[in-house]
Amino acid sequence: MFGVVKQKMLRLSLTQIRPAVSALRSYSSAAKQMTVREALNSALDEEMSADPKVFLMGEEVGEYQGAYKISKGLLEKYGPERVLDTPITEAGFAGIGVGAAYYGLKPVVEFMTFNFSMQAIDHIINSAAKSNYMSAGQMSVPIVFRGPNGAAAGVGAQHSQCYASWYASCPGLKVLMPYSSEDARGLLKAAIRDPDPVVFLENELLYGESFPVSDEFLDSSFCLPIGKAKIERVGKDVTITAFSKMVGHALKAAEILEKDGIDAEVINLRSIRPLDRSTISASIRKTNRLITVEEGFPQHGVGAEICASVVEESFAYLDAPVERIAGADVPMPYAANLERMAVPQVEDIVRAAKRACYRSEPLAAVA
Amino acid sequence: MALSYLRSSSSRSANLLKPLSSGLSLRSPISTDTTPITVETSVPFTSHRCDAPSRSVETNPKELLTFFRDMALMRRMEIAADSLYKAKLIRGFCHLYDGQEAFAVGMEAAITKKDCIITAYRDHCTFMGRGGTLLEVFAELMGRQAGCSKGKGGSMHFYKKDSNFYGGHGIVGAQVPLGCGLAFAQKYSKDETVTFAMYGDGAANQGQLFEALNISALWDLPAILVCENNHYGMGTAEWRAAKSPAYYKRGDYVPGLKVDGMDALAVKQACKFAKEHALKSGPIILEMDTYRYHGHSMSDPGSTYRTRDEISGVRQERDPIERIRKLILSHDLASEKELKDIEKEVRKEVDDAITRAKESPMPEPSKLFTNVYAKGLGVESFGADRKEVRATLP
Repeated sequence: MFGVVKQKMLRLSLTQIRPAVSALRSYSSAAKQMTVREALNSALDEEMSADPKVFLMGEEVGEYQGAYKISKGLLEKYGPERVLDTPITEAGFAGIGVGAAYYGLKPVVEFMTFNFSMQAIDHIINSAAKSNYMSAGQMSVPIVFRGPNGAAAGVGAQHSQCYASWYASCPGLKVLMPYSSEDARGLLKAAIRDPDPVVFLENELLYGESFPVSDEFLDSSFCLPIGKAKIERVGKDVTITAFSKMVGHALKAAEILEKDGIDAEVINLRSIRPLDRSTISASIRKTNRLITVEEGFPQHGVGAEICASVVEESFAYLDAPVERIAGADVPMPYAANLERMAVPQVEDIVRAAKRACYRSEPLAAVA
Repeated sequence: MALSYLRSSSSRSANLLKPLSSGLSLRSPISTDTTPITVETSVPFTSHRCDAPSRSVETNPKELLTFFRDMALMRRMEIAADSLYKAKLIRGFCHLYDGQEAFAVGMEAAITKKDCIITAYRDHCTFMGRGGTLLEVFAELMGRQAGCSKGKGGSMHFYKKDSNFYGGHGIVGAQVPLGCGLAFAQKYSKDETVTFAMYGDGAANQGQLFEALNISALWDLPAILVCENNHYGMGTAEWRAAKSPAYYKRGDYVPGLKVDGMDALAVKQACKFAKEHALKSGPIILEMDTYRYHGHSMSDPGSTYRTRDEISGVRQERDPIERIRKLILSHDLASEKELKDIEKEVRKEVDDAITRAKESPMPEPSKLFTNVYAKGLGVESFGADRKEVRATLP
């Protein structure tokens, strides 16, 4: 036991990884903490302050202070010309946002959840993503579509879908998915500054979570690069890729695996499109085993793309088949026990990692 | 207000004083004559929730001649495109505007290049009205480098951002919220300019149009929604698609005006009126009663849902070019021969442009991967066989 703790501390000091949320917070008592919500709010605030072309539009973003309070205080600070409450008409206001971006403004369009983005998806794909290409560079579209994505808690089938793979399959879009406060702030700033359409998928359950933040983070110029994944935990036995809320699950799984002598490397993708294939590839070539974790539907998902990519680039390095952990292949049920089965749990990731290491429990007899 | 025509590959505004290359005498001096003439529109305007503008339109010989020339050019261009399509030099979709030219020229006469225009896929003549060249049109239609979208867009995706022409959109109705977004940006930037968002009688039933109109009315956006009602949404007549085909009234709380869209002067008057209204009081709808001679696109003969008599009837009674020709002749502003010479000239310009366009090469293979992003970040992209074809996006 002592040996394990010593190993952990050694790893921390060598690699200076930001500690995962709960267990290791005590090591960073001196560092400032910030919730994801605060991080997003500060990013919006600073980008609106820095560039008068940036404006925010969506349902309840103004007077209500944001359905999830992400835009709290912004109406008061920037006025109703720059923080606009829209009617509940996604196709209309998303199209208006794209038109404003055509003219040269920098809209941030909030969808109350990305389930409602389907009403506006023609504008995201056909009006925004493809325009720069179809016009041979005349019409760039510097817009950000942001909002909560994926499962919340108990909201049922129509309010729980993850859209990462839908949007990430489309050339012309950039798709970003933050996990920590650092991710949220740095990636949102990068998204707003980027001249291309960005789909920024947040997670409602992460809004209230607190993460330690550095001084560099607090500077208004702080920005994270688009297209670069982050290695949240260095390991050597198995690679676990994850994004958004699943990064937290993967880190917890890594702690559990460590007790069994499996040293997992956890990659926080951050950017689903462009996908950081080189970081994933380098990790596979080191560990030789891969688990992909995502919350969304499994078929044609992000994990499928990562698996194909790894097989194409690094087949000879794989010592075990790639494992995919994803949401269940069913619409999201309401009953709490069924809902729990429909979303990846930490034990699912642990089990898959052990399988990849040929250390699993004997498989149950096939039904 | 003149169209660019082809002399060289660079676009240049037409210089009407330049002598004809055929060696005839200098062009008639009426081409610079701006003596005002007042003309009555064909029919009075019908209004909804607003006071209709006067039927008397001020114009002058120069403007009328410009209308004639520009519309003749557009007409010839579209007919030439028809032939090119049948010769398989144009592929995919090709939606022609012949018959509807009066709207493109009348609107341009009422506005500036700082006002924005956005339309759907029947965009060739609208693009020309914004200062596009024949070479850019034909080259784009044939998928060549000299095209306005460098061959990557095609017939439905013409753009000219430097003259505030925002396309060129293939999804019916999508251009209306986009146009309201342009108007939003104009108001946000305090530019004192307006946006004309054009759509057809088919698109008039789209939900997103009403969503955008609602927001435009709430936020007082300088958006002018123009329904080019050619009475057929693809192959479906308006009375079969719309419970209420009074499109100028469909804005409900938004004022509207119904205009004879085949009368360039009525169009000009209405657009002038609409611009003033939009800057002061927010959105307004213009319904242009117009007609297309061709079918919906080149795949549609246009005669299975319309009679040939109807089509030839409109051509005889309401053709926009003939209207202006009669006006010019009746006011003695030019002779029949002079007008015929203009048409001959225009025909030659179109033929020359097509020759030039055919000489333009197809895009380089590397262009497959350009402009996916404005800022590619050095990301990799792939061809059909990713082990064979890969590219780094700049």
